[in-house]
This record gives sequence, C-alpha cells and structure tokens, in this order.
Amino acid sequence: MKLLTHNLLSSHVRGVGPRGFPLRLQATEVRINPVEFNPDFVARMIPKVEWAALLEAADTLHLVEVPKGPIEGYEHDEKFLRQMHHVLLEVDVLEGTLQCPESGRLFPISRGIPNMLLSDEETET
Amino acid sequence: MDSNHQSNYKLNKTEKKFLRKQIKARHTLLRHEGIETVSYATQSLVVANGGLGNSVSRSQLLPALEKCGLVDALLMPPNKPYSFVRYRTANEAKKAYITLNGKEIVDDLGQKIILYLNFVEKAQWKELGLQALPPGLMVVEEIISSEDEKMLLESVNWTEDMDNQNAQKSLKHRRVKHFGYEFHYENNNVDKDKPLPGGLPDIWDSILEKWLKEGFIKHKPDQLTVNQYEPGHGIPAHIDTHSAFEDEIVSLSLGSEIVMDFKHPDGVTVPVMLPRRSLLVMTGESRYLWTHGITPRKFDTVQASKGHKSGIITSDVGDLTLSKRGIRTSFTFRKVRQTPCNCSYTVVCDSQMKGTPPSFPGSAREASQLEQEYVHRVYEEIAGHFSSTRHTPWPRVVDFLKALPSGSLVADVGCGNGKYLGINKELYMIGCDRSQNLVDICRDRHFQAVVGDALAVPLRSGSCDACISIAVIHHFSTAERRVAALRELVRLLRPGGTALIYVWAMEQEYNKKKSKYLRENRISQGKEEISSGAAVPESLAEQVPDVGSQDAAGCVAALTDLQEGGGHASTVTKAKLPVHTNRTSFHSQDLLVPWHHQGKPGKDKAVGAAGPRDPGPVFHRYYHVFCEGELEAACRTLGHVRLLQSYYDQGNWCVILQKL
Repeated sequence: MKLLTHNLLSSHVRGVGPRGFPLRLQATEVRINPVEFNPDFVARMIPKVEWAALLEAADTLHLVEVPKGPIEGYEHDEKFLRQMHHVLLEVDVLEGTLQCPESGRLFPISRGIPNMLLSDEETET
Repeated sequence: MDSNHQSNYKLNKTEKKFLRKQIKARHTLLRHEGIETVSYATQSLVVANGGLGNSVSRSQLLPALEKCGLVDALLMPPNKPYSFVRYRTANEAKKAYITLNGKEIVDDLGQKIILYLNFVEKAQWKELGLQALPPGLMVVEEIISSEDEKMLLESVNWTEDMDNQNAQKSLKHRRVKHFGYEFHYENNNVDKDKPLPGGLPDIWDSILEKWLKEGFIKHKPDQLTVNQYEPGHGIPAHIDTHSAFEDEIVSLSLGSEIVMDFKHPDGVTVPVMLPRRSLLVMTGESRYLWTHGITPRKFDTVQASKGHKSGIITSDVGDLTLSKRGIRTSFTFRKVRQTPCNCSYTVVCDSQMKGTPPSFPGSAREASQLEQEYVHRVYEEIAGHFSSTRHTPWPRVVDFLKALPSGSLVADVGCGNGKYLGINKELYMIGCDRSQNLVDICRDRHFQAVVGDALAVPLRSGSCDACISIAVIHHFSTAERRVAALRELVRLLRPGGTALIYVWAMEQEYNKKKSKYLRENRISQGKEEISSGAAVPESLAEQVPDVGSQDAAGCVAALTDLQEGGGHASTVTKAKLPVHTNRTSFHSQDLLVPWHHQGKPGKDKAVGAAGPRDPGPVFHRYYHVFCEGELEAACRTLGHVRLLQSYYDQGNWCVILQKL
C-alpha cells in the first residue's frame, strides 16, 4: 500500500460518516519500491493530497524529508516533487494495520493489501 | 459495390434480381457468420443456401460443383445453410461462380434451392473440438442379429389398450412404453415401492443374460423403456436422474440408426452415431455428467465416408453429409437404485444437492446472504481460473480510461484481477474487490488494490476524478442494493468527475446482432483450414470472452427433467432462481450462471480442448441481468448526477455518469 493510497482510504463503519478518515497507520513492515519519477504526474497529485493525513502517516513511519505542505511554485520545484514522489509513490507498507479514528475498528494490511471488509452488522443502518 | 466479375453490359431483370440476392447473401454471411467475401476471383467460394442446414446433401451439391472443374474440397459445416468449395484453380472457381450463381438445385426434401456464390480468400471452418467419446461411453455394434431385431420389434405391441398395466404414452415427440416400474409424469419419478406386475418381457431374459456374461452390463436391469422415434421426433437433452437409477444405462437401437448428442456442461457437444442394432452403454461421467438427447429433425448430419459406423461424428467438414432418418425404436434398460446416489458429480446429483437451491431474496439480509454465497464465495473459489480467462480488456472501457486527463485519481470498484488498473500509466488507479484472492492477483501485478465492498467502498467521498464499475452491479440481488452501489460510485466522485458503468444485458441480441457471448456458442475451439487438415485447438481459456464462462450447463431442473422415460427425484419448488444455460439467451432477469472450474490453480491454461476432461466442480454465480433502460432508470433516481451517455456494448448496458 502506497501512502497515496492510504491518503484516499476511509473507514465505513456504520455511523462514522466522514469521520472515518484518516485511518491511523501502524506498520510492521515497510519497503521502498523505486518508481520512475514523473514530475508532471506528481505535480498533479499535490492538490489532491490531504496533507494532515499524509504527514501523520509519514510520521508514524519515521520518514524524513517530508515537505510540510505545498510550496509556492512546486510544479517546477524538482526537489519538492522528488520528495513527494518518494513519499507518495515509493514507500510501500507491506504489513500493519489501519485503524478507524472514530470507531477504533482495526483493518489488517497483509502482504501490502489492506482488508477493509466489514460485516453486515458493522455497515447496517 | 459490384464485383469486377460482372460484365458491364446492361443486366436484364432476372440478372439484376440474382445480383441483388447474391449481394444480400454476401452481407448476411458477413453479418451473421463473420465470413468475409472478396470481389476478386480466388480458388474458394462460399455457397450460400448450399448447406447441410438447408437440407442440401453432399451428394446433391458436389456433382453440380464438379461440372465446373476439379473440386479440391467441399466443406459442409453441420447445421449451416452454406458450404465452402475449393477448386484446384481460380479459373475453375470463376467458372462455378458464373455458371452456378442463381442456379436451382433440388434439396433432400424435394424443394428447389437457389445457390448464391461468392469468392472467399480461404475455404475454412472452425474446428469443433473434442475428438473423443465422452468418458464412460461405449457403442457396441451389431450386438443383435437381423433376425433377433425383427423379432424384438414385433414383440412390442403398440396397439394394445391402456388398460394394460404397462404405461404407454404417446408423447409429443415419440411413443413410449414402460416395463418393470411405472413412471409418474406429474413429478417425473419412478415409484420404487410399486413395481409393475410382470416385470420385463420374457423375451429379453436370454439377451440380458448374454450381455451380462459378455460384460457389457454389470447389473441385471429391472426397468425397460421402449421409445419409438419417427423421422422428425426427438428427446430433449437430459441426464437420467441420479437417485433413480444405478450407474449403468444401456440402450439398444433397432429399426434405424440415429445421431445422439452428448453435451458436457462446459458446452462441448459430441454427436454420436448409434447404428442400427447397436448397444449404447453409458457409465460414469457420460451417464452422470453429460446430457444426452436427440434433436428432432428428419435428417442427421453424418460421416460421408464408407466404413465409418458408430462413434462420434467428427467435425471433419470435408466428410459430412445428410442421412435421412428412419423409424428407430430404442430399448433402454436401467436398474432402479435403492440407495442414494454417491457419484462424484455432485453438482448434477439430486442425492447430493446441498440444501435447496437459492430463492429470490425477500430482505436486505437475505440479499446479502445470497450474494455472500453465490457471488463472493464463488469468486474467491474460482479466482485463479477466472483470472486466467480475463486478460482482454474491453475496448470501450480502455477508451474511457485513455481519454481521462493525466494525473486523474481513478477507482475501479470490482476490479477483479486488475486488468484495467494498468491501462493508462498517466492515471493513479486504485482497485477494490470483495475477493481477497483476486486482489492478491492485482498486488502480484504491482497494482494498488484493497479488499472492500462496492456498497461501502473504503475511499473518502469526493476523492476520485473518475471511477469504473465493470460487470459488478449485476451481482447485487435487489433493486435497492443496485441503486445503493450506483450511489456509492457517485459518492466517490468529485463534482465534475465521471463514472463508467457496465452491466450484463438481458438482451443478448440487439439490433438483430447476437452478442459475442451468444456467438461464442457456435464457434468452438480451434480452427481448421482445409489446406492443413489438422486441428490445432487453442487453450479453452483463450477463447473465453469476459462475460460469463465458456461453459454450458443446463438448468439444474431441466437437466434432470424429461428423461427418456426416466424418473425425476427432486421436486420443483417455487421462487427458486433458475440456472442459466451458458451461451444461450436469458429467460429470467435473476438467475444463476454456472462456472465450470477447470484444472488446478496455476495450471489452468494447460487444459486444452483435446485433453482429458476433469469435470471439476461447478459454481453458480448470481446475476441480475438488466433490461434496456433499466440502468438509466436506476441512475435517474440518483441525485447530483447527469447521464452523459448510455449505450449497448457486446451484450452489456453501459452508462457514463457525471457528478454535478
């Protein structure tokens, strides 16, 4: 699971609504997967990122050199884009958990795959 | 549009008419059969109307063709209203083209048929696949002498009154008489506690003893059904009810030969010639898993070459012709089973049916349970095999993804094996599927995918620039849940974002064109060209289009229905979901579609058409197929959304929505 994916994931336990985001990340195994750098692509991702969630996740993984937010003229700032490229696309969480911030429900991440399935009881309204 | 073989002089009225018809034939061949004709002279011609399916036999067509030159090969595909001829030279083909176009010949029924010829690049026909008898099937030729045949036929008294205890019925398609046990056609069952007095006629005693001694049968039968088929009669495809009879079922054909069709649940049909005075022995797989039936028709497609008697009618279309049926009387012997069936073909075994078949859900809870059992669990089980048959993305889905702006965030809800996740490298795509095994396959292909439910997609609202839902929403079993799944897609979209949705259509024939799903039924594995003469069967999996599987199992009820005088042990209950026969039109919007699991995980592709057939388990997937307009109507109930486009694509209804 890339951190950009984590940045989009949300829990849907009954009643949590938008408060199912961001999921608290706990990782026991993380791998860095080199991905070809595409500055235009990364630049287009920047406005879509929820920064607070990204920073929290990066923090739990003890990542360094993570920009604190979008900077002026980032589209042409290769250093910034490279840092973001690394954080969003190259960091890969293989094992760990995601926790719903509202209900506390834990979702396992196994072999890189978050399992977000809920039982009928957890989703029924 | 005119071909360059038409002279430029002014055509008279009749010539114009023929030309028009010839062009029409050319269009029909292209549209319905995918046969491309060419406007220049070649060695090969397609002869429209000159086919076995048109009651034109080889012996009628060939002489006419040979008058124009030396015929290299005449391919007459079974049941088709056309054939292919190849001449030694293009000149000879040209002569046939000129002299035979619009020519009348008389068919086997004495009717006049007008031929229309067009050039084709190659005379070729798709090979029909399996070249072996169904496992467990045997045809013993000349088991009875002509004298015995006469005596046995005379022993059946078709004129006796119905006060005779032996049930005699004149069914729509044949005459039937039973001995040993009585049948109740109301419930299609044999009453095991009430044997008919008299048992089997004495005349059979010595014959059955002989068959036992010679090893053709293992048990002495205690039930006999006599069927008389006149030309044009038939019997629907069926499996003799497992719980009613022992493994072995034998049938003696007297009076005339006939072609019986055996069909494996995966759709392979093997036509088997049962010669006059032969004994058909069905055991094991051929008795328990394959259906057998006789197509009601007056002519059978048979091998033209002499010396070929029993066994399969091969698909060597260079050696097929028609044979007029005579009156055939079959004597089918069975042993009534006293214990439940314990065969290894559990899916078609009434003794081993797990509970009752599912019924239409009455509540959201039931709907969820139905989907759990008949969608989620099935995909989990078949993931490997399913994925191996799903590698070709649908072109119009690809078009949608390729047209999205670079850097779009896209969710594929119900992503399966992830075949769309890598289509456009300029997108960030996340797949979501219920099946852990399918998501594992996505991960192995280095795609981002999560395990999640389409009714609660684990992505934050408004986060996606686009999403796709391809062949997913038809798996929800109530209208409310289908709308909820659509609503969930819209929730994911940012304002202005678009969603592409595909669902399976009830209408598998649209604008007079059959969908690929239906057409695949008529084209089996492999392709034969007369130049090579050898069939090279492709992997079955390669042939599978995306919707549904390549198999064809009969309805569970129909399979055990309408035996050749046989019984039916299971009773029909109401409101059950019907089981679809693959590669046929839909008869119900809510149904179960069989998936015939093949091979072992990871070895799926090795299962070739000609290889030994592992019956494998059959899984039933629930589908709700959409009628025209139904998907749009469901979309209109959603708020904040605009219907950008709706269309029909290869048996699917499709919409593109935009969030307002």
